[in-house]
Amino acid sequence: MEYQEIITEALGTLAINKLRTGLAILGIIIGIGSVIALISLGQSSQKSVQNQIQSLGSNILTVQPMGQTSGAVRSAGGGGTTLTNDDAKAIKQATALTTVARVSPELSRRNQVTAGRNNTNTQIIGVEPQYADMRKITLSSGTFITDAHLSSLSKVAVIGPQAASDLFGDNVDPLGQSIRINGQTLTIIGVTVSKGGSGFNNPDDALYVPLTTAQKILFGINYVSSIAVEAIDADAMTQAQNDIGYFLLARHKITEPSNADFMIFSQNDILNTVSQVTNTFTTLLGGIAAISLLVGGIGIMNIMLVTVTERTREIGLRKALGAKKRIIITQFLTEAIFLTVIGGAIGMIVGVITSYVLTKVMSMPFTVSPFAVLLALGVSGAIGILFGWYPAKKASDLQPIEALRYE
Amino acid sequence: MISLSHITKIYKTEDIETKALDNVSFEINKGEFVAIMGPSGSGKSTLMHILGALDLPTSGAYTLDGESVSKLSDDELADIRNRKIGFIFQAYNLLPRTTALKNVMSPMMYAGVPIAERIERAKKILQLMGLGDRMYHTSNQLSRGQQQRVAIARGLAMNPAILLADEPTGNIASAQADEIMNIFENLHAKGHTIIMITHESDIANHAKRVITLKDGKIIGDKKTWNTKKS
Repeated sequence: MEYQEIITEALGTLAINKLRTGLAILGIIIGIGSVIALISLGQSSQKSVQNQIQSLGSNILTVQPMGQTSGAVRSAGGGGTTLTNDDAKAIKQATALTTVARVSPELSRRNQVTAGRNNTNTQIIGVEPQYADMRKITLSSGTFITDAHLSSLSKVAVIGPQAASDLFGDNVDPLGQSIRINGQTLTIIGVTVSKGGSGFNNPDDALYVPLTTAQKILFGINYVSSIAVEAIDADAMTQAQNDIGYFLLARHKITEPSNADFMIFSQNDILNTVSQVTNTFTTLLGGIAAISLLVGGIGIMNIMLVTVTERTREIGLRKALGAKKRIIITQFLTEAIFLTVIGGAIGMIVGVITSYVLTKVMSMPFTVSPFAVLLALGVSGAIGILFGWYPAKKASDLQPIEALRYE
Repeated sequence: MISLSHITKIYKTEDIETKALDNVSFEINKGEFVAIMGPSGSGKSTLMHILGALDLPTSGAYTLDGESVSKLSDDELADIRNRKIGFIFQAYNLLPRTTALKNVMSPMMYAGVPIAERIERAKKILQLMGLGDRMYHTSNQLSRGQQQRVAIARGLAMNPAILLADEPTGNIASAQADEIMNIFENLHAKGHTIIMITHESDIANHAKRVITLKDGKIIGDKKTWNTKKS
């Protein structure tokens, strides 16, 4: 009997037993589909966390004043007044600091903001134009703060979508609207694109004003709350951190580094903390993948074991009619491969669509790793073929009459 | 043609041993029409399965058409069943949801007969069985008598040396039973070797020789006078 004919016989058998074939394919679809959907959901949430960290800007070092010392008590970092616009300008202009790409002095304060009858407490951030690029802020409408705004102390502001919704509601275009901060009236000139953050430093719940306006008009001070420095690349971060440290020590005329009136931390420090979270995620993902592979695999194993074991009598009959073992095993193997391939292909599509829909619903970035797909197809496919073959092999080892008597 | 010598078959289930066949020996010549009779549990089905190479004896020698069946490998047995034996099961055992034509073609498929010849031969045999208008009906669309005739057609498909029938009239009405016996007598007249199991003596009387079993032993082996006209 030729192989081509065994395939025809196998496909014919699948075609005339539509319900059984359909159930087996469904079992494989669910097995493979759920593995792919679960793994890519896990990866999407991991990606979502990483994106939020990336959205804070890349290769950024933050210089903050050390807390003020009063007596023996040193207050928490960030409260000091020792950093100025001139420090930022000096870092920017110092030719010795070859690892520094861009510098952005910032003054950040929480303050009450009113618009008409609405008011909210939000983060007011005094910035220079390069802030947008360094912190990856993009505008959905209007323009960002410019150098002209800085030099003329313009009373303008760029608003985050969350703050805009709090102040104006969702149906009013914030562009051109007026807001009041500390008795001053500012005009909205731009709205940022949502970055989907949350918590205390949510970039969506913020108001960006020219740094000079914030210092001289709104708050009446001359220092900055932090200076963000962008290193030329990720490898230069440590070098830049050291260079800026010594540069500022010298500039502030401090000889002992332990007495520094500022501190520098890099995004790497944040990333290190976050990478612990990410590691937990990876472990979680591995667990999800293992469990879903197990569950999917057992489902496929069951459906194949049941459908093939149920056909022990048919195997006995085929042997009684003169089929050799090899032919029976080839037929059942062909059926198992066909079911697995069809079920696997549909399962893959179903899994990808399911994870796409779920990630969109949960507003996460959609990712499907080819590894997850290969893993699901490989493991589930192997299980499907193994448990399609094994009961057929067992049945074909029996004397035909024993197989025919099988209940 | 068929020679059984000292055939014993013992079934073991956990700690109980059942001797289904006890030292059975006989010979059947080419062209004979033999009925095997006996009460249920006498071992006649076991004997039939061993004759049909569907099961192996615990001890003893079985020679069919010059080949020592008890010494063959699994695949060689499949070949013997395919080429030399036409087995008609009591429960017909047709392939489920498969047309009569494909059922009759299946032994020829395993023998490697070319597809065109397979179809032609299967059609011819089915017409002979009076099923010319039922060839494309699936097993479940046929009556019991029709299913039995498909099973006989399948048994004849490879033109085997012997035709074995297990209770061929067991599940069908007597009018149809007569039809089946007519078919067997015609086949016998054409020179086929036929062995059938039955527990009805008037069915057994269609045969020319009756072997009677009891408790796994042969207690009678005699020629009959054909009381019915063929």
